Amino acid sequence: MPDKIPKDSVGLVTPETIKFDEPLELACGRTLADYDLVIETYGELNDDKNNAILVCHALSGHHHAAGYHSPADWKPGWWDNHIGPGKPIDTNRFFVVCPNNLGGCHGSTGPSSINPETGRVWGVDFPPLRARDWVKSQAKLADKLSIDKWAAVIGGSLGGMQAMRWALEFPDRIKHAIVIASAMKLSAQNIAFNEMARNAIRSDPDFQNGDFIEKNSQPRNGLALARMIGHVTYLSNEQMGRKFGRTLSAGSFQQGQYNPVEFEVESYLRHQGDAFSGSFDANTYLLMTRVLDYFDLAREYDNDAVKAFGVAQCDFLIVSFLSDWRFSSERSEEIVRALIDAKKNVSYAAIQSNLGHDAFLLKNAHYEKTLTVYMDRIFNDLKETQKISSIPEKIS
Amino acid sequence: MSLRTDLEIIKNWIAPNSRILDLACGDGELLKDLKLQKKIEGYGLEIDPDKITEAISNNINVISTNLDSGLSQFSDKSFDTVIMTEALQAMKNPDLVLDEMLRVGKNCIVTFPNFGYWRARLSLAFYGRMPVTKKLDYQWYNTPNIHFCTVSDFEILCAEKNIHIESKRFAAENLPDRLLKSLSPNLFSDTAIYLLSK
Repeated sequence: MPDKIPKDSVGLVTPETIKFDEPLELACGRTLADYDLVIETYGELNDDKNNAILVCHALSGHHHAAGYHSPADWKPGWWDNHIGPGKPIDTNRFFVVCPNNLGGCHGSTGPSSINPETGRVWGVDFPPLRARDWVKSQAKLADKLSIDKWAAVIGGSLGGMQAMRWALEFPDRIKHAIVIASAMKLSAQNIAFNEMARNAIRSDPDFQNGDFIEKNSQPRNGLALARMIGHVTYLSNEQMGRKFGRTLSAGSFQQGQYNPVEFEVESYLRHQGDAFSGSFDANTYLLMTRVLDYFDLAREYDNDAVKAFGVAQCDFLIVSFLSDWRFSSERSEEIVRALIDAKKNVSYAAIQSNLGHDAFLLKNAHYEKTLTVYMDRIFNDLKETQKISSIPEKIS
Repeated sequence: MSLRTDLEIIKNWIAPNSRILDLACGDGELLKDLKLQKKIEGYGLEIDPDKITEAISNNINVISTNLDSGLSQFSDKSFDTVIMTEALQAMKNPDLVLDEMLRVGKNCIVTFPNFGYWRARLSLAFYGRMPVTKKLDYQWYNTPNIHFCTVSDFEILCAEKNIHIESKRFAAENLPDRLLKSLSPNLFSDTAIYLLSK
């Protein structure tokens, strides 16, 4: 943690484990008898219980979206840039809930948990999941927290897919969906990158066919390579050029001597891969990338996105970043077009940024301003609803 | 807050409860007003990031769009009226934009600054300088307005394209011009407002 907690930070936070005893039927046809969700919350739920915001995480995310776990923490939660007192998602106004998704590896039930039927770690036997399973479990979470309707469901990338699925699965339980750097379905290129990452994991001998925890090994090389592949797709060519160029971290090109070079971009990627492989479960990575690949918003609506969004009742904010090639602006514009044809309220901001897909996590004045003014709108809506509901009925 | 004269005229042409697309909507002032007074449902297209956030604040559906890339994201006749106020002259291909507006909308409303206005003519004829007006306060090298036309030019384009002029109105800021503009709109109006269909 920095020497002093910044004023606009939610400060020290403690995750909470919520236990669910009732079975959860999954899209794959299997059932989880019981499960845990680890969550963090920031801000206070108001008396009307209408100021709750659900933040859905992306592929490698988790419940720790803002603040610090301990004074020794170097880095705050993954979306600390945007969640906090006075920040775009203002915790003085909203009650923010961020769960670690089912199938995750940060405390929620997932492949690294114990299968109660066998007493062994689930591993690859953990049921395959779909975004709709997450949405369903998040709805159960809302029930537990006495939240009837989210003021907004917000997510970037895979998180945005959950926000859209929420709008279709529980149209009367969500007032606004904020979908950032996302898509209605992956392209063949997206799936190809995911398959390269999965193949890197599966071909690591330490993967042990997914049974690595029981066999006391860790497919760290495979997972690191998977992360490196993914990471490159989150950055733009321009940004990599600016950050690393052809700078060397070791060696030289001098003729007449053998001094093998290492480019800075190589050591950077290796560092990213190593750090990730020490903190993430390989089976969760396989599962999460599969959720991405399977996601197709309109599949069950005759592949008609307009028909799909026809079900939604909420308003939408769609955001994309112009240098994002993993989830390009064109993908967001497809969402916008379908929403307009479905006659939904939608605003769309294409943000100028050279940071690629990762831009959704980072600071950017126009991005922050867009989120801030839209969140203001949501907050003003709350006040309107409160005003209407607090007008006493006439006694006739 | 008072609306511009051209906006007042436009309002009268809009049917209640209609579906409106406003190109280059700015901060969404017109749509906000139309929502309130005509109960329209509408979307504004805008490219300027600051104006987009202002429009969101104004509770307007605003879509980040570069109009020079066309309106391909919108289906044929998916709007009742497509509006473009004082932006046609800033388009790379105003003629193609007009085609697109009439494809997407059942009708369309266009307003533009009239370059045939006597003050513009005076500036060029007597001073030999490109006109700079209070409304369009730019020099020739930094103006976003790259395709100026006169009322006559515009009507010739409409005739060539078989665009039907349903209605037209002319506005002028100065009182004498307002009195004279019916004599010769091309000479005495500073702003032209057209309702078009195809």
